[in-house]
Amino acid sequence: MTARHELAVIGAGPAGLAAAATAAELGLKVALFDDQPAPGGQIYRGVERTPLADPAVLGDDYRRGADLAEAFRASGAAYHPSCGVWLLTPERELGLLDNGQARFVTAGRVIIAGGAMERPVPFPGWTLPGVMTAGAGQILLKSAGMVPGKGVVLAGTGPLLLLLAAQYLRAGVQIAALLDMTPPSNALRALPHLPAALSAFGTLAKGLALKREIHRAGVRVVKGVTSLRALGEARLEAVAYEAGGREQRLDSELLLVHFGVIPESNTTRSLGIRHLWDSRQLCWRPVADAWGNTGAEGFAVAGDGAGIGGALAAEYAGRLAALEAARALGRIDAAERDRSAAPVRAALAKERRVRPFLDVLFQPAPELISQLADDTVVCRCEEVTAGQIREAVGQGCTGPNQLKSFTRCGMGPCQGRQCGTTVSQLIGHTLGRPVEEIGAYRIRPPLKPIGLTQLAALDGEGEAAA
Amino acid sequence: MRGADTLVIGGGLVGAAIAYGLARRGVSTILVDEGDMAFRASRGNFGLVWVQGKGDGMPGYAAWTRLSADLWPRFAEELGEETGIATVYDKPGGFYLCRSEAELAEQETRLQRIRAKNTAPGPDYEVLDHQALAERLPGLGRAVVGGTYCPHDGHCNPLFLLRALHVGHAALGGRYLPNRRVADILPEAGGFTVVTDGGKVQGDRVVLAAGLGSARLAPKLGLSVPVVPQRGQVLVTQRAEPRLAHPTVYVRQTGEGSFLLGDSHEDVGFDEGTTPEAMTFIARRALDFFPYLAELPVVRVWGALRVMTPDGFPVYDRSREHSGAFSAACHSGVTLAAAHAERLAGFVAEGALPAEFRGFSADRFDVQEAA
Amino acid sequence: MFKKLHDDGAERVTVTIDGREARVPAGETVAAAALIHGLQPFRTSAVSGAPRAPYCMMGVCFDCLVEIDGTPNRQACQVRVAEGMAIRRQDGAGETAP
Repeated sequence: MTARHELAVIGAGPAGLAAAATAAELGLKVALFDDQPAPGGQIYRGVERTPLADPAVLGDDYRRGADLAEAFRASGAAYHPSCGVWLLTPERELGLLDNGQARFVTAGRVIIAGGAMERPVPFPGWTLPGVMTAGAGQILLKSAGMVPGKGVVLAGTGPLLLLLAAQYLRAGVQIAALLDMTPPSNALRALPHLPAALSAFGTLAKGLALKREIHRAGVRVVKGVTSLRALGEARLEAVAYEAGGREQRLDSELLLVHFGVIPESNTTRSLGIRHLWDSRQLCWRPVADAWGNTGAEGFAVAGDGAGIGGALAAEYAGRLAALEAARALGRIDAAERDRSAAPVRAALAKERRVRPFLDVLFQPAPELISQLADDTVVCRCEEVTAGQIREAVGQGCTGPNQLKSFTRCGMGPCQGRQCGTTVSQLIGHTLGRPVEEIGAYRIRPPLKPIGLTQLAALDGEGEAAA
Repeated sequence: MRGADTLVIGGGLVGAAIAYGLARRGVSTILVDEGDMAFRASRGNFGLVWVQGKGDGMPGYAAWTRLSADLWPRFAEELGEETGIATVYDKPGGFYLCRSEAELAEQETRLQRIRAKNTAPGPDYEVLDHQALAERLPGLGRAVVGGTYCPHDGHCNPLFLLRALHVGHAALGGRYLPNRRVADILPEAGGFTVVTDGGKVQGDRVVLAAGLGSARLAPKLGLSVPVVPQRGQVLVTQRAEPRLAHPTVYVRQTGEGSFLLGDSHEDVGFDEGTTPEAMTFIARRALDFFPYLAELPVVRVWGALRVMTPDGFPVYDRSREHSGAFSAACHSGVTLAAAHAERLAGFVAEGALPAEFRGFSADRFDVQEAA
Repeated sequence: MFKKLHDDGAERVTVTIDGREARVPAGETVAAAALIHGLQPFRTSAVSGAPRAPYCMMGVCFDCLVEIDGTPNRQACQVRVAEGMAIRRQDGAGETAP
């Protein structure tokens, strides 16, 4: 017999934790499913038991996650850790991989709070051992108390890069260089958005403080970096780049890159929910109303998975989606929902006012995609290069799905997560058409690879159905 | 837009093979295709170049299938040379595996029936018990009681085949017009105007090879292509080291190393979706056949719509009203690709289907209804 | 490449990494344990044989695939270490089960 929940929440980051706790407090029977073993998502990873002797290394914002996790634990929502979702059907069946066992549950409503992932940006050598993302570095710090052994090189653009640099400095890590790949013209382009952003002065002040902290520590910060390359045979040996019109080279065994974050959209896309190309955040995001409701009946989205807004915005969006779920399931009426939502909505609006400024300020250079060298690998799994993609487009491939079948690009175990955004942009650039028109990979289940034995072990009248 | 000799409507395997074959004969062609999200059976294909069991009830189809399988090795080689794209074609012979004596007996009877009407030379198939099968397919599951083997069976990468046909067509001067869903076809004196959502295209002849879309368009040419969708779901695993040297009807290991596990047969209309029930069923059957697949992760499950005629056999027609109009529809676009390119394209180029193709006409469904 | 900030005094389990025994904190991911103990690379790619190691650490890149207790294609960043676990480098596409 398949278990039925009133509300299923997917993801235990700020949006999911806030949604589940709020909904449970309103009397809903809530179950939260998350593939990690502990609450926090990526941003508050390991928040309940960080291995760090001095958690201050991670900064004040991290502690907010502990409060969220505590409120969630106390809320009465059922918590299913190490329980990933590999299938969602329009009938709101959830295929779970619960500690390695496949099973199904159904839900009256579903809030998808799948969060974000780092924007994959291909560059020569990015598949070498020793090249990782800044987020990966931070996860190792938060969950395992691990830091780079020798001079690490940080490269890219975005707040997380600065935050990680500061966290490493507090932990006594030597940073060989911070290669700032933010296009110098971004600052001017972002300026019109500054007045709106000033209302969220705290966020801006934190960013400036991080910069000062890095500067004071004497870290070598190189501005206007382009043409990043990772060099080495069996592993990373050196990082090459251009700055100030000169070719530079740094010996290093660890390069951590970051180019901002984008919604993890495979989950929402698998339901056939319409997605828009966000031309400021340079990513796809699901179309949803102010409560997170999507075009898929009974499915709402909340948090960075619905468009990048940061941890606080995610928390507020989670609360709003929970209020709407309580209304839809008859626990509260629309008037009460709106009353409860008002302060949350105000806080969310304030938090979001800073986004346009940050989005433009840290927007990765368009040349990172449009000028990709032909021999650079775009699809890490199937090792399909930019040149092979351009060739297929020249042979009449008009979209990512035909490209996938012509080249195997996107067919590997990561299921297009690492190449999908790049591919849509690259095809658009090659054909001179907007990304919105190009579209994206059609996402098929499973959302994560699942063993054949686990599939076979599922209940069901399989013989009759096939 | 200037006229061309022949318009081929549909850029799937059937249309692309015909267009490629026409271009090889020096016929000026325009291949009119839909966009990236079209219902495309060719992208959901299992990739078998398959003979055994085909044509039970229509000897002409059995012969046509066998002819195509015989043409395939040279076809694959030439296509590869012309385009630089390997179709990963291999013809090691294929197996049909049975999990019960009754199923095996049924398969044997079917193959006997087909052979009795078949004029093709040589050994067609062998019936094997578990022991004999296990010697040829190491690691075979105990649940398999026996099966049949046919040396004419093979497999390829159907996606690379589609790409090669497109590239080959273009290299021979054929034009490709994607993102043009056909709204209407207007027969005119001495030719046809095809109205698409991306403009009009004119030609002297037209070949309707639009898969499920042909049902809607055929009447405009005085033709009938009574096809309906039949969904098939297929599972594909992560790559693994080579283990299964022969294709089987429901499990094959691709040249890249992934295992394809098929497949369901469902009448669900225009729904390309997937269902947990079918996934479980397909996974169980695959594990029955080859228990060593147990730990392999499934990376993708897809549903694709087969193009099914009422009796499951192909439809090839030439319009009586508009003699320059042809239709081609089938669910064996991979197996028949060689015959479509090397034979059917020739018939179209000559302007007439041969007498022995009369059996493929959709007229056969009218007769049945009258009876 | 990485070092521990300090000994966190956590409970430890014994695993083998490419045959060598290692004492690692219970609850840690296989990827973290293998990085500290120098597994390099984690795998070679199925297509070209290129060396690979963890990239994203959050389960979306699938470059940290290793063989765990004889089963290939396991995501090292998503699996927790356990007593007696055998972690091995994966060469190319994994082998099917015996």
